[in-house]
Amino acid sequence: MKILYFAWLRTKIGIPSETVELPSGVTDVGGLVDWLKTRSPRHAEALANSKVVKVAVNQEHVPYDHPVAATDEVALFPPVTGG
Amino acid sequence: MTVKVQREDFDVGAELAAMTAGRTSIGGVTLFVGLVRDMAGGEAVSAMTLEHYPGMTEKQLEAIEAEARGRWPLDDVLIIHRHGRLEPGDQIVLVATASAHRQAAFDGCHFLIDWLKTKAPFWKLEATPAGERWVEAKESDDEAASRWARDA
Repeated sequence: MKILYFAWLRTKIGIPSETVELPSGVTDVGGLVDWLKTRSPRHAEALANSKVVKVAVNQEHVPYDHPVAATDEVALFPPVTGG
Repeated sequence: MTVKVQREDFDVGAELAAMTAGRTSIGGVTLFVGLVRDMAGGEAVSAMTLEHYPGMTEKQLEAIEAEARGRWPLDDVLIIHRHGRLEPGDQIVLVATASAHRQAAFDGCHFLIDWLKTKAPFWKLEATPAGERWVEAKESDDEAASRWARDA
């Protein structure tokens, strides 16, 4: 599974993307974010406040109860500030 | 019917001319141009860098445009959004809507910029005398977008 990070999530975690093997038992976005927090202290700190961690699955905005599958592209980012 | 995500600047007059050339059914065009301000939160801003999510950005802008076209009788829609490093006074975004009548052009344009601000995956990094900082999303932007929400 490809995970992408943007804006301060990218700088806090220190990498723009990583490829991970989806652990069995992780079935939705909320579970994935919780599991990502265990990957390093930087992940844990960056992902601590789920209110400011938005998620897109396959380039669509989704809520935390949205399902995830091994072939998905998942992006994590702060609330958007374009325009 | 056009979405462009680019580093380069754009020429509003040339875009307007291209949109309306030979299309005499168009009765009016509304244009919104967003610019980089030199102040934010009481601090001077010397530059701004816009990061985005290539692929998703275009997809989201196209979806927003399709939504606008479903709501109003628009003859044409143009969205240009820049990314990369910009300075105060630089143009960031252009939203243009053309219609037979002004109400659809005004409402469609207003809707597009409000929705774009809450859905298109762009993030602004400001350079200030105190250092660089990521711009935080504003509740007022969510409120502006929610005005356009409607029951399915």
